[in-house]
Amino acid sequence: MATENADKAPKEPHYLLQSIENFGKGAMRVISDIGGVTWLGFQVARWSARRPYRLHNLFAQLDFVGVGSVFIVALTGVFTGMVFAHQSSRAFELFDAESMVGPTVALTLTRELAPVFSALMVTMRAGSAMCTELGTMRVTEQVDALETMAVNPIQYLLVPRVLSGLIMVPVLTMLFNTTGMAGSYFVSVIAKGISAGTFLSRTQQWVDPIDLYEGLIKGAIFGLSVTLVCCYKGYNASGGAKGVGQATTQAMVASALSIFILDFFVGVMLH
Amino acid sequence: MVTDSAPAAPGRPMIQIIDLHKTFGEHKVLTGINLTIPEGSTCVILGGSGSGKTVLMKHMIGLLKPDHGQVIVDGEDIVPLGDAALEKMRRKFGMVFQAAALFDSMTVFENVAFPLREHRKEMSEEQVRQLVRAKLDLMGLPASVEGRYPADLSGGMRKRVGLARAVVLEPKIVLYDEPTTGLDPITTAYVDEMILAAQAKLKVTSVVISHDISSAFNVADYIAFLSKGVIVEFGPPEQLRESQHPVVRNFLETWFGKN
Ligand SMILES: Nc1ncnc2c1ncn2[C@@H]1O[C@H](COP(=O)(O)OP(=O)(O)OP(=O)(O)O)[C@@H](O)[C@H]1O
Ligand SMILES: [Mg+2]
Repeated sequence: MATENADKAPKEPHYLLQSIENFGKGAMRVISDIGGVTWLGFQVARWSARRPYRLHNLFAQLDFVGVGSVFIVALTGVFTGMVFAHQSSRAFELFDAESMVGPTVALTLTRELAPVFSALMVTMRAGSAMCTELGTMRVTEQVDALETMAVNPIQYLLVPRVLSGLIMVPVLTMLFNTTGMAGSYFVSVIAKGISAGTFLSRTQQWVDPIDLYEGLIKGAIFGLSVTLVCCYKGYNASGGAKGVGQATTQAMVASALSIFILDFFVGVMLH
Repeated sequence: MVTDSAPAAPGRPMIQIIDLHKTFGEHKVLTGINLTIPEGSTCVILGGSGSGKTVLMKHMIGLLKPDHGQVIVDGEDIVPLGDAALEKMRRKFGMVFQAAALFDSMTVFENVAFPLREHRKEMSEEQVRQLVRAKLDLMGLPASVEGRYPADLSGGMRKRVGLARAVVLEPKIVLYDEPTTGLDPITTAYVDEMILAAQAKLKVTSVVISHDISSAFNVADYIAFLSKGVIVEFGPPEQLRESQHPVVRNFLETWFGKN
């Protein structure tokens, strides 16, 4: 049947067929990418356990991913907290329940917004740089050169990057929580006139350490997934400068998607 | 006729390639390469642009895996090796890339010091410094370039840094992918001398891809001519000069005609 169709097929396939084909190709690529990223994850785990431990490289990446993101994550946190407090206080005013602003903001931040937004900021800032740097090294044969010098590129290049994502996104999540709460305190207590005592005691009453852990676990998982995706795309780039550009675009889209998809599944699994 | 007896004469084979095939997609690049390079000899690979010389060289160090065939280095088939075993085997090698492939996040000094810092941990910082200086000196690069980044160098300078980096560990086998392309005649002569000196002093086995035939005839113990995916001629330079193969004749006549 397939051959019959092929014989009769017009030169330009029907747009419907073409869009089905494109969808199919996209689905195939997603599946092969998931396989590739998972395989790379195992490789990274294997090589991270082996000597030599390249602490120098790890600290350089921790600095780049973590310290370098402090400012933008803090700023995102402040504004997210302020916007969220502003909107929820408008809603709660209708029921005279402004005292719930603190806990609402706190729970949403700790469980969802802090890990998701921190990981997104790390993707945009550090992930894109990782992808272009590795991609450029790949297409200019610097990765091959490393290999010929008997240095494993996964161990030398990828392990420190992935570990720094795993370690630093939870740390940045905590920072986001802190600045987010500061922002919401400012809007609720100072601008909207909710009493500081109510804001703090209600927040304390509703938020458990377990909510913080949930955010931290998510942060670690997102940190792992976005750095792995960005490293995978860069490490396997081909086709010169254009190829590196395409790899980076794909890495950004795939990393962001991986955050939202994993957020759902991790959330379901934790409850 | 000498093709078969040549490898046996000077020593055991260091690199032996048996029936190697490599295809990229639809494009058959190598279709049955057989090549034996004896220990301590210098083999120059000639061939037209795009004939697959670089692809062949990358198989020798395991950067590419053949679709079919064996690559035997120092008595061991490297094709089935896993990454850890391959890494060990690669300590015998140095490689100069056609486009230098310097690490652009590192200075010239750090590039050349890199193999030392990775594999000669016992060396003091001062010893590393002196050795790097010596190798850069050999390539005619002054101390003032040590702190510069590859992006700020000329093509020829980058090539020379790549050469220094490839030989800094004094490996048993050095692969040179067009080491002298883009270099001035004086530096070219230096590089030829360096290849010969390494062979004489350290019994280094060298594989050189070159477009510069006079330099090839200078350094080669053997010349292999690659055309249409196979080695069509292999032997000492004198033998190549007598070759009856039309592609080889054409290649040499064009060159000697204009010189
Ligand atoms: N990674 C790759 N993917 C697809 N095709 C490749 C790849 N590497 C090499 N080729 C193809 O293999 C052929 C041989 O390439 P190679 O680089 O070995 O040529 P070469 O003999 O070194 O040429 P030159 O003298 O110009 O450097 C070329 O046609 C090239 O397009
Ligand atoms: Mg080449």
